[in-house]
Amino acid sequence: MEITSRIPQLVVYGLVSGSIITLGAIGLSLTYGILRFANFAHGDVMATGAFLAFAFLGFFQGLNLPSTPFHPLSFGLPLLLAFILSMIATGGVAIGIDRVIYKRLRTTGRITLLISSVGVAFILRNALQFIWGPDPRYYIKKIQIAIRIPGLGVRIKPDEIFIIAVASCLVIFLHFFLTNTRMGKAMRATSDNMDLAQVSGIDTENVIKWTWAIGSALAAAGGVLAGIENKFITPNLGWNMLLPIFAAVILGGIGSPYGAMLGGMIIGLSAEISTAFISTSYKPAVAFIIMVVMLLIKPRGLLGEK
Amino acid sequence: MATILKVENLRGGYGETEILHGVSCRVDEGEVVTIIGPNGAGKSTLMKAILGLLKPTQGKIIFKNQDITGKSPNQIVAEGICYVPQSDNVFPSLTVDENLEMGAFIRRDGFRKKMEEVYQIFPDLKEKKKVKVKKLSGGQRQMVAIGRALMLDPVLLLLDEPSAGLSPKLVQVIFNKIIKINQKGVSILMVEQNARKALMISHRGYVLVMGHNRFEGSGEAILNNEEIGKLYLGE
Repeated sequence: MEITSRIPQLVVYGLVSGSIITLGAIGLSLTYGILRFANFAHGDVMATGAFLAFAFLGFFQGLNLPSTPFHPLSFGLPLLLAFILSMIATGGVAIGIDRVIYKRLRTTGRITLLISSVGVAFILRNALQFIWGPDPRYYIKKIQIAIRIPGLGVRIKPDEIFIIAVASCLVIFLHFFLTNTRMGKAMRATSDNMDLAQVSGIDTENVIKWTWAIGSALAAAGGVLAGIENKFITPNLGWNMLLPIFAAVILGGIGSPYGAMLGGMIIGLSAEISTAFISTSYKPAVAFIIMVVMLLIKPRGLLGEK
Repeated sequence: MATILKVENLRGGYGETEILHGVSCRVDEGEVVTIIGPNGAGKSTLMKAILGLLKPTQGKIIFKNQDITGKSPNQIVAEGICYVPQSDNVFPSLTVDENLEMGAFIRRDGFRKKMEEVYQIFPDLKEKKKVKVKKLSGGQRQMVAIGRALMLDPVLLLLDEPSAGLSPKLVQVIFNKIIKINQKGVSILMVEQNARKALMISHRGYVLVMGHNRFEGSGEAILNNEEIGKLYLGE
């Protein structure tokens, strides 16, 4: 039937959008797990990453680096370097925000932290708009043609393959980091029980810094990939992603980065596949409905323990 | 015998509420010291204060002749005091191996060797090395909890109700392990509801009531004291 034949293509779109949502959701889940608060500024951290990459892109394009695109992708070395630098810089920005704002509020309640994060969200978004203006800023000016994948009957742009591949690699790195490095295990331990981590001798303030750095670097990656997917970025990019990201985290289980990965993909896929049956204007509603249903039937989420 | 821990006139509590109203105690090298008393006496509060999880408002805590009052937990742990809380004393989503590894987090050397020692003290855990602790039984979890605290070769081990929630047989097992650990040279300060059994393996004990010292003596003396027996040992 006509509807079901569109689904494979929608799955492709879902994988792309799911990859981006996942990168945002992981950071949100990590900081919730350790600091126990829902960071409403996380979407705007993604946007900050996207804009920092834009700034670095301009810088690298200004130097005389080889800037021919890596065929068949639509971008070359400048954007790639900007991507990496943006992840590092955004991690640094997050550590700065924690030191200046959230650290002083460590002993206050979750609601106070949540509201302060809304404030941070406003500050970030408006700073971006103040510096770069409200109009779209372009990463890439050319249109890319989707290639057909033989046998599956779907088309996908090379940039989209890049997005899915990068997100997958980052997820695998994170898993390796959490399970095989000393700091990764300390992060998991602190997330389980901060007091016990302290009496085991773990410097939990250091763990908190690492959590902000990693979570925000992943968010920045998500923001840059969103920019590559859409070709441009706007200051509202992050705030607009906040709903799907929260839905992904709640679906997967708040506090669990693996839950965030699962949740991100499910939200991305469901939102895209839903367009086969209902109008595309309802896409955000799909994420919202999934989140509400999860809160009603299993508030801990699919993989959550808290 | 040298005194390794000295608590002098400690006052402290949670927020506005003062729980400890000038409590004193000491642990000498190689001793097992037990603190008993009714609920609300401040026993756990005292432990948390020694560990730095709570800042005392008055009084001093001296360890190995150094004033550690007000230091943060991870600094105190680095000095040689390790702590097993009464509840939430393991990392549930980590494996047994990983829990022990976290116990040794600040060790730069020899943690594999220490892990082997811990598995020798608790051989039941050997086959559960890669199992997530949330899947273990209460008794096994308690062993992991104590094992984690041993990983740093503490001079002084603080145990908050090590027998809580365990079957009588397991209580005996745990107390036997405590004796074994003490024989290896670790001094132990314990809080226990299972007062009789705890005092039977202790060199000395303190009775704490409503945040005040009520009695101090050797384990035997407390066990043989009729008045204490009636009030606090549930005779």
